[in-house]
Amino acid sequence: MQRVRSQGVVMAGAALAAMALSLTACSSSSTTNGGGSGSSSLSGTLNASGSTLQLVYQQAAIQAFKQIQSGMTVNYGGGGSGKGRTDLASGVVQFAGSDSPIPSDEVSNFKGKTVLYYPILISPITVSYNLSGVSNLKLTAPVIADIFQAKITKWNDSAIKAINPGVNLPGTSITIAHRSDSSGTTQNFSQFLVEGAPGVWKLGTSSTISWPANSRGGDGNGGVAQIIKTTPGAIGYVDYADAKASGLTFASIKNKEGNYVAPSVPAATTAADGATVKPDLTFSAIWAPGAGAYPITAQSWVLVYQKQSSANTTKLLKSYFGYLVGDGQKLLPGLGYAPLPSSIDQKAKAQLSKIGS
Amino acid sequence: VSTVTQQVGPAGTAGPTRPLSERRPFGDRTFQIITLAAGLLVLVILVLIAVTTTQQAAPWFKAEGWGIFGKTWNPATNQFGALAFIYGTAITSAIALVMAVPVSIGIALLLTEVVRYRLARPIVYVIDLLAVVPSVVWGLWGILVFAPWIQHIYTSIGSAVTGIPVLDTLFGPPTSGASFFTAGVILAFMITPIITSLSREVIATVPAIDKEGAYALGATRLEMITGAVWPHSKGGIVGAVLLGLGRAMGETIAAALVIGSSATITLHLFAPGDSMPAVIANQFGEASGTFRAALIGLGVLLFAFTIIINVIARAIVGRAAEQGSA
Repeated sequence: MQRVRSQGVVMAGAALAAMALSLTACSSSSTTNGGGSGSSSLSGTLNASGSTLQLVYQQAAIQAFKQIQSGMTVNYGGGGSGKGRTDLASGVVQFAGSDSPIPSDEVSNFKGKTVLYYPILISPITVSYNLSGVSNLKLTAPVIADIFQAKITKWNDSAIKAINPGVNLPGTSITIAHRSDSSGTTQNFSQFLVEGAPGVWKLGTSSTISWPANSRGGDGNGGVAQIIKTTPGAIGYVDYADAKASGLTFASIKNKEGNYVAPSVPAATTAADGATVKPDLTFSAIWAPGAGAYPITAQSWVLVYQKQSSANTTKLLKSYFGYLVGDGQKLLPGLGYAPLPSSIDQKAKAQLSKIGS
Repeated sequence: VSTVTQQVGPAGTAGPTRPLSERRPFGDRTFQIITLAAGLLVLVILVLIAVTTTQQAAPWFKAEGWGIFGKTWNPATNQFGALAFIYGTAITSAIALVMAVPVSIGIALLLTEVVRYRLARPIVYVIDLLAVVPSVVWGLWGILVFAPWIQHIYTSIGSAVTGIPVLDTLFGPPTSGASFFTAGVILAFMITPIITSLSREVIATVPAIDKEGAYALGATRLEMITGAVWPHSKGGIVGAVLLGLGRAMGETIAAALVIGSSATITLHLFAPGDSMPAVIANQFGEASGTFRAALIGLGVLLFAFTIIINVIARAIVGRAAEQGSA
């Protein structure tokens, strides 16, 4: 019996500790190496975490940047925008990736220190669906809102038929696919419905939405793509890169000017070009004006403190950020993202000198 | 913890050990301090985790009050009621126990009372291998292989029971591959090794004389098990089941992947739901403010629930051990 008993203690303890640790788990500790004062060849480490939307770009940029500055190491862990901002505020990373500006209830975490925003990429979010034989579906924001609130439950609903004359829509039931994890993609998609379908969309905007019962949750863009791909009649929101990679069919969406626009790299850049950019370089390309603008367009920033304690870290940040908004932009279309429009890109480059000043 | 170990080791305190320990006080003292520190360290870490997580969750407790047990979880409107997740944790754990307990006890009896030791050993290895499978592997297998496969079975069952009063509510359409039931089945797989190995050890302690006595009175094997093995080991088995329950309640990533992630309270077992650890894992990344505090608060609640379950389990196992040895 004694053996049984002591095993019980160990297991109970392990279970509790594991549970608790999963809550307090933080990103790996970070240090910045000193030295390396040469302006052309830099050495040291930058650590970052945050947005998973920009994770693929960060990984590609880190690889390519190695060719330019072989003495520099950049680590970008994902974890989500919220985690990135928390890590930046608590000082465990030198910069953070975020899909949204710092929300008002988080501002106090930064203790009055100035945070600089650098937009680095634009990403269209597709509304993808699985309907055999239908490849050119058109949708409007109010119809999407009704579909995702389970008010429209069949594909041959009159509201969908009305905007798709001549398309043979089957009577299949609609299955809603959404993100099971909290996500900037959900935030931006719901923001589009708030702006594009006012009065119709009742579920608000957040990184997690209280979806109708019997909708299906998938982990990450890949998880939602998987559900759509394997479920006839499914519809969901997936970022452009994953939708293309999974070979999904996506709808053309009616934009603010009344034109139906399919998601594409140029249509997303056009949307960002039409967005109103604030002096701190925050903006929202969702529901932006412009004849060819795709209306569900997200953007992502890297965030950094203006005041830096180490001169070397300042150099490292300027060098890497310079790459992200400079030559790195050429990598974006190949990864399924859209590059910044030149109007915003110029402002981001001009702001580089502010780091460490 | 400490009271139990003190109770168990009363032998050898009397006698001439004292002079010996006085002769080498330094080594013994150092050893004692090191082991004590190791023991206390775990306790200190546990307390610190409890304190800091409660602190971080304070905005949620303050904002919601008793509303933390509310029905609505909607970050878009800042409503953070945890009832749907508590319900999901309870229902998936219950499904897991209903399936795992009979199987586990069956295997334990098979290994101790039916097959010979040489044959039992490979079975023990296989069962223990189940415990070695990482939970993320269970989750991925669950969502990529098991859920799509069982979806068809759910659909057939759903259409078969439509219209039948109670069964329609429990198993009727609409059905989804990622659901309470799928999560329960995956959890059952995961807790079977624990319940089996603990039950096996409990049953192995039944004195041979009790069993031989039952046989001598003309009992069949089944009567011997119900008459001699069960009364002796039921306390220990209940403890084993509760420890399995603790594991099922706290399982995070496997549940997060297969449960369907829908904060709904429904009796439909084939419908998507959500559980406390799953929602923490899924939603923590993009959470901020009260939302973040609420998720940490869910962790604190879960922490409290698992402590209660484990304390009860230990009390039952401890009492059974005393009865068994008396």
